[in-house]
Amino acid sequence: MIRIQHEDFDVAAEYRRLCNRDCGAVVTFSGNVREEKSAGREGDLQALYLEHYPGMTEKALQNIVDQAGQRWSLGGVTVIHRIGEIPVGGQIVFVGVASGHRGEAFAACEFIMDFLKTRAPFWKRERRASGERWVEAKHSDSQKAARWK
Amino acid sequence: MLNVKYFASLRDIVSSDGEQLEANGVGTVGELRDLLAERGGVWAEQLLDGRNLAAVNQQMASAETPVADGDEVAFFPPVTGG
Repeated sequence: MIRIQHEDFDVAAEYRRLCNRDCGAVVTFSGNVREEKSAGREGDLQALYLEHYPGMTEKALQNIVDQAGQRWSLGGVTVIHRIGEIPVGGQIVFVGVASGHRGEAFAACEFIMDFLKTRAPFWKRERRASGERWVEAKHSDSQKAARWK
Repeated sequence: MLNVKYFASLRDIVSSDGEQLEANGVGTVGELRDLLAERGGVWAEQLLDGRNLAAVNQQMASAETPVADGDEVAFFPPVTGG
């Protein structure tokens, strides 16, 4: 199941929803807005704003989940990504994978996150006291995605 | 007509979230990019530095990807979700 939404999500509820079949192993990941104190004039991070490409983002996430399903034997997969403004400490993304065994569940969860971070059309904008600034893509994310042969 | 869209920082810099363009003589993403870059200024800076990505009909595209009348073409910076 893939959802893009403004509303917050409940990890415990999503975990329960995930466990229907093939639940020997369940791995979940939550990505949140990290606190970022600033020593400079710009001020501490207050919130992130998440933009997406309606239509393409859903297709991209489905494609990533399909690829994970082809590589590993999976039961349920849930990907939830929020859009709009999210304050520091807030939840951004959830990935849950259920499988018969832990190897597949761990690998698939990491694969989905690595590919989401490099291929899913979302863009983050930071809000600080000084104003707003778009986040730059990280080289380390591309490297992580490239690990998956 | 091509339905062209701009996202995120690219949109802010060129001050446009999208436009309809005649497809005359434009057969690929690369040719569309060059046409837009001819506007000069921020258009040339943003579209010719190799950083921004493109999609055609909501699939990732390269410079060689063909475009045809009625297609949706999007330009956007490297993604930063998750």
